[in-house]
Amino acid sequence: MANALKSITLRRLALATVVVMGVGYALAFFAAPEDADQGFIQKIFYLHVPLATVALGGWIVAAIHAIRHLQTGDPKYDARSYVSIHISVIFGLAVLLTGAIWAKGSWGVWWEWKEPTLVSFLIVFLLYATYYPLRYAIEDRDRQARYASVFAITAGAFVPLNFLAVRLAQPLIHPRTFSSAGGLPDSMLWPFLVCLVGMALLWASLVWFELDSKAASAHLKRIRRSLEATA
Amino acid sequence: MIPLAIENSDRYVGGAYLVFLLLLLIYVAIMAAKLSRIQRELGSLADLAERPRVRPDRDVGEIRDRDQDIASVREEAQREEAAR
Repeated sequence: MANALKSITLRRLALATVVVMGVGYALAFFAAPEDADQGFIQKIFYLHVPLATVALGGWIVAAIHAIRHLQTGDPKYDARSYVSIHISVIFGLAVLLTGAIWAKGSWGVWWEWKEPTLVSFLIVFLLYATYYPLRYAIEDRDRQARYASVFAITAGAFVPLNFLAVRLAQPLIHPRTFSSAGGLPDSMLWPFLVCLVGMALLWASLVWFELDSKAASAHLKRIRRSLEATA
Repeated sequence: MIPLAIENSDRYVGGAYLVFLLLLLIYVAIMAAKLSRIQRELGSLADLAERPRVRPDRDVGEIRDRDQDIASVREEAQREEAAR
């Protein structure tokens, strides 16, 4: 297992992302049947729901890295936590935009304030939007990393609680993807699951890419300092 | 309960997927800008690394001074030996 994980490179991950997403969306558009109630507009579901699931999962991953950072003090976990939050915020923005388009096409409104699913996701998104000013308001790097980790853990704990609260609340118009009452038929479930895996791979690729970019910048800074000191 | 208002569904589906692609493109463009900054930085570091550490004129001067010192010490030693 460890060897298999070590053999994964960014290039392979990116290729896997392209293949899985390509297959997933081909299945979603050409194999999955049209929804009896919503018709063709339900195809947004294969984009919107995987984005939301992966964004929420990414914030939990960020919290796990933040816990490791507080345990070990290793800055690499802080970088992983930061980048996980960053990519999830971008995914979160995509969730809000695609959700609004779906809402307009399906319900005739861009936003519905009485719908707990929409409002709760907006609250979580805005919570994570405050991560950046909080982080960069602190100049001392160690303190900045520690406070950011505490934030990531607290907000990360809020994510499943928020999800649970939404599940327990009475939905107004937002459909429930997985519920005890029916749920998706197999012909829709499999394309959805492939899209979900593809979206998770995209998230992982982007996180890896950004971490590599940050590591390259940090190495360059070190080389510059060392060259300037010996010049 | 708000009634379903499904109309022009192709437009909305296209719009949603386009928004997602646009966000991805913006992200890739930002990362490309970062990458070009890293490349510029790498270029300037390569220049810094290839630049001679000590300026040649100063180096030659220092060697000349050192050689003169050695020569004068040798001459003095020879004179002392001849005087003996």
